[in-house]
Amino acid sequence: MDIKAGRLVDPCSTRLTKTGAWRTFVPVFDHDKCIKCSLCEIYCPEGCIHQVDGLFVPDLDYCKGCSVCAHECPRMAISMVLEEK
Amino acid sequence: MSPINTANMKVVEGSYAVAHAVMCCKPDVISAYPITPQTHIVEHLSQMVANGELDSEFLTVDSEFSALSVLVGASAMGARSYSSTTSQGLALMYEVLYNVSGMRMPVVMNVANRAMGAPLNIWNDQQDAVGARDVGWLQIYVEDVQEAVDATLQAYKIAEDPQIRMPIMVCMDGFVLTHVYEPVELLDKELASQYLPAFQPEKILDPNHPMTFGAFADPSTYTEFRYQQFDAQLKSMAKIEKAAKEFEEIFGRHYGGLVDSYFADDAEVVIVTMGSVIGTIKDAIDAMRKEGKKVGLVKVRSYRPFPVQALRQALKGASVIAVIEKDVSIGAEAGLVTDLKSTFYNSKIRTPVIGFAAGLGGRDITIKDIRKIVDKAEAARKGIESEFEFLDLRTEIL
Amino acid sequence: MENSLLAPGHRACAGCAMPTTIRLVLDAAGPNTIVVSPTGCLEVTTTPFPESSWCVPWIHSLFENASAVASGVEVMLKRRKQNTNVVIIGGDGSTFDIGMGCNSGMFERGHKILYVCYDNEAYMNTGVQRSGSTPFCAQTTTTPPGSKSKGNPRPKKDMPAIALAHKVPYVATASVAYPVDLRRKVKAALQVDGPSYIQVNAPCITGWTFDAGTMIEMSRLAVETGLWPLAEWVNGELAGVKKIRRPKPVTDYLEIQGRYKHLFKKNDCGDQLAKIQAIADANKAKYKLVD
Repeated sequence: MDIKAGRLVDPCSTRLTKTGAWRTFVPVFDHDKCIKCSLCEIYCPEGCIHQVDGLFVPDLDYCKGCSVCAHECPRMAISMVLEEK
Repeated sequence: MSPINTANMKVVEGSYAVAHAVMCCKPDVISAYPITPQTHIVEHLSQMVANGELDSEFLTVDSEFSALSVLVGASAMGARSYSSTTSQGLALMYEVLYNVSGMRMPVVMNVANRAMGAPLNIWNDQQDAVGARDVGWLQIYVEDVQEAVDATLQAYKIAEDPQIRMPIMVCMDGFVLTHVYEPVELLDKELASQYLPAFQPEKILDPNHPMTFGAFADPSTYTEFRYQQFDAQLKSMAKIEKAAKEFEEIFGRHYGGLVDSYFADDAEVVIVTMGSVIGTIKDAIDAMRKEGKKVGLVKVRSYRPFPVQALRQALKGASVIAVIEKDVSIGAEAGLVTDLKSTFYNSKIRTPVIGFAAGLGGRDITIKDIRKIVDKAEAARKGIESEFEFLDLRTEIL
Repeated sequence: MENSLLAPGHRACAGCAMPTTIRLVLDAAGPNTIVVSPTGCLEVTTTPFPESSWCVPWIHSLFENASAVASGVEVMLKRRKQNTNVVIIGGDGSTFDIGMGCNSGMFERGHKILYVCYDNEAYMNTGVQRSGSTPFCAQTTTTPPGSKSKGNPRPKKDMPAIALAHKVPYVATASVAYPVDLRRKVKAALQVDGPSYIQVNAPCITGWTFDAGTMIEMSRLAVETGLWPLAEWVNGELAGVKKIRRPKPVTDYLEIQGRYKHLFKKNDCGDQLAKIQAIADANKAKYKLVD
């Protein structure tokens, strides 16, 4: 780790920390019910829901399992499942 | 030490001379809050900006705390930054002082040294800056207005050096040097630009190259950040000497680097001090030398970094040392005398050192006071009766 | 919002409204933005050395000087004739209380700076202590309920009114539950050639105590009860409000939060509930929130 003159940090570098390790519940997306309103992507505090090949998918490296997406989905297409590790 | 070309000298107010020096440094942003006795400096600067003589952004901020905080943002944008304050104002920005040095921002600030309240007192002493000696800012104490001018220009050279990048206080005794009218050779703008090139910051806030400034550091890295500041101040000692020498090559004046001395080489009694009282002490020394007394002076010009080796060298021949200073460290002694004694402890120097707090709250230090110190110092050669005292205490009003 | 300017991996609580707020603000402001933040949850969770979530230039100095630091940044941008947004994103602790002096100075000097306050209604980063933004009767660690106390005894400080008193040309209240409205307001604020202030309702799971997944619903309820009116003022005049489509009694909002549960425990707290309802009713009347 290089201490650069005491103050500067590279941008976007929290990607190094995989906060997915925090969660207890993992969101499961039912893509058939999804109407692509993108509210899950908008509300996610981690910003880890993205469209991949047209489907909304959570990045499980960072998803903390907060379940805001599941609560806000207007079609209830997201369910929170206890994650077995 | 006298300026060479008296033909170019003008009688000006100390504050004006300093403002003129700041103008020659071409700061990008000036952010200062008025407080007696610094007010004339900022008033002159704002007039220079209003007249179009000085192309700087001048902010009329809401407090000293804001004043220095503005410079945090400006310096992060690569601005050459300037502020000025004193006493209560310096205390109000105490938190930001640590922040600026921790973020390695080369801000230059003239401190018009003034007493700290309570009780409220607007007159000169050095409690304000000496009390802030641990915040990481370099501190240079000047003896007259000419030196205030010269040191301000040198300060930017030292602070903005890529190996240093530390903020610096140029300390001048309030009222004594800010409001006095004396002959000064104002800086020549062309020569100043020759001496001081434009500020080249390493990285700035730039959307094309986004960086994060001011992250928090946990126990695993905090020490290393503090060590780097510590190391930078040690490295700055050579830069302070160099800046003074290079200044002399262009402008022909040299007021000392880390320290300076006056008849100290063969002196038996050596007075050690900082700031404008030096003028009085030199006059006293001149008179006492005529009387055959071997008295001398060592001026501490750089208080932070504390010039350990330079002081050991300058004082090695003394038979007794008397430190006089305009501050007091309540519960202990005072800043300069404590630092000086610790300088000698592990060296071979075993010269007795006595300390005096004097001139607090603007009380005049007279030639008579200096003679009194010399007498006490001579007595101390036979054994120290009092290690530290208030020189000019009015016991009749206690 | 594909390429968010706030990277994941930050240490905010799961379900925190603050990073959602930041992402919405940065989405509206774009990458040509410099962000200044005070100390607080945002600063601590997004910039643990040697990492940072910020994909735009970002600077933090102290708890109470974001406005002054941003003033220095803005002045240099003006000097270089550089057209870059300066956005302060800070919590209510800094905005309402300790930073008031600097905020007042910045507003008064008229810098072109957008100040976004994510308002979670207490000093959350230091452990949920009361701030000037804490609403009437809310429990915090320094306004705990007890036999001699019913929670915070003082009303919420009206920060938008303070901004308006400084003649800030654009002032708005917003909510993380109304993202389109928030983005629109940020864009409108950035058009102003002067200061602007947007206060965003940002529920805090840890401080308010509620189920994390209901974070957005919580903010929606704050709006629908009338306790958090969504309004905007342009050049000092009220220019628009968001009408409440489904008005709700304040109890719907208060009873699902731990910080108000003491109001529902004893019979004699009915007084407090009535007072809070009165606050909501006063807002509804003042802003004509319900048709």
